[in-house]
Amino acid sequence: MTATLAPRATAAPASAAPGATGHEPITKVSIIISKGSLEGIYPGLIMANGARMEGIEANVFFTFFGMDAINKARHEHIKVATVGNPGLHIATWLGGVPGVSALVTQQMAKAMAELDIPPIPEFVEMIADSGGRLFACRATVDMFKLTRDSFIDQVEGIITVGEFYQLAAGGQIIFT
Amino acid sequence: MTNLATIERDAEGFLEQAGHWTRELAADIAAESGINPLTDRHWLVIDYMRDCFLNKGAAPTIRTLGKESGVAIKELYQLFPKGPAKLAAKIAGIPKPHGCI
Repeated sequence: MTATLAPRATAAPASAAPGATGHEPITKVSIIISKGSLEGIYPGLIMANGARMEGIEANVFFTFFGMDAINKARHEHIKVATVGNPGLHIATWLGGVPGVSALVTQQMAKAMAELDIPPIPEFVEMIADSGGRLFACRATVDMFKLTRDSFIDQVEGIITVGEFYQLAAGGQIIFT
Repeated sequence: MTNLATIERDAEGFLEQAGHWTRELAADIAAESGINPLTDRHWLVIDYMRDCFLNKGAAPTIRTLGKESGVAIKELYQLFPKGPAKLAAKIAGIPKPHGCI
């Protein structure tokens, strides 16, 4: 089943050179990962990896609890949020029972392994290997009293919001 | 003798029939995509892609490609800068991979 992938025929911005669809292809994305739950981290990683697969330049900026994805002490222990997550369709009290988050995480990991989606540490490494650039957020690093050593080697630097915008110049920014 | 001009391809340049593929055609598709010449390392990936498709019916994911083709992910992107899974599939004469991963 293949969807029609051409953008809808809207007026192209004046700056875009008209291509076959009247739109410039995306050549660069900068993705912000701000949440530390499993379901908060994966979408950004999938978007980043998918960009590289298409030959699109990708930067990933990890901020707040999203930084757990690149934190050596934490990246192997990321869990599905079972409390306050109506999407799971389980009773709120059940989500808080000890072990439930681990169990749901385990089930999700199994489902993802079947689709050849790597665990978070491997996925992040894969994105770096594919040329995606990884950055940690300066404000969060200071707030959580972390250092460069807290992070996996593939992290290129700890940068400010201003530096992030410089990096993102000329591309699309995706916040997750 | 087949050549790129006469072979049936889709809008993105993927062969309509994997059976029409030849190694000469692969070199032509690669050159058209900016890869010229194809090295032994390229061929390792292309042959693996084709085997995978012919035996399993689907192109491998980039992760599997990195683990099993004999070429790691970093090098895959050096060999096929515009996206290894897609480009190697095109050169290998198999359909475009449809997964998100």
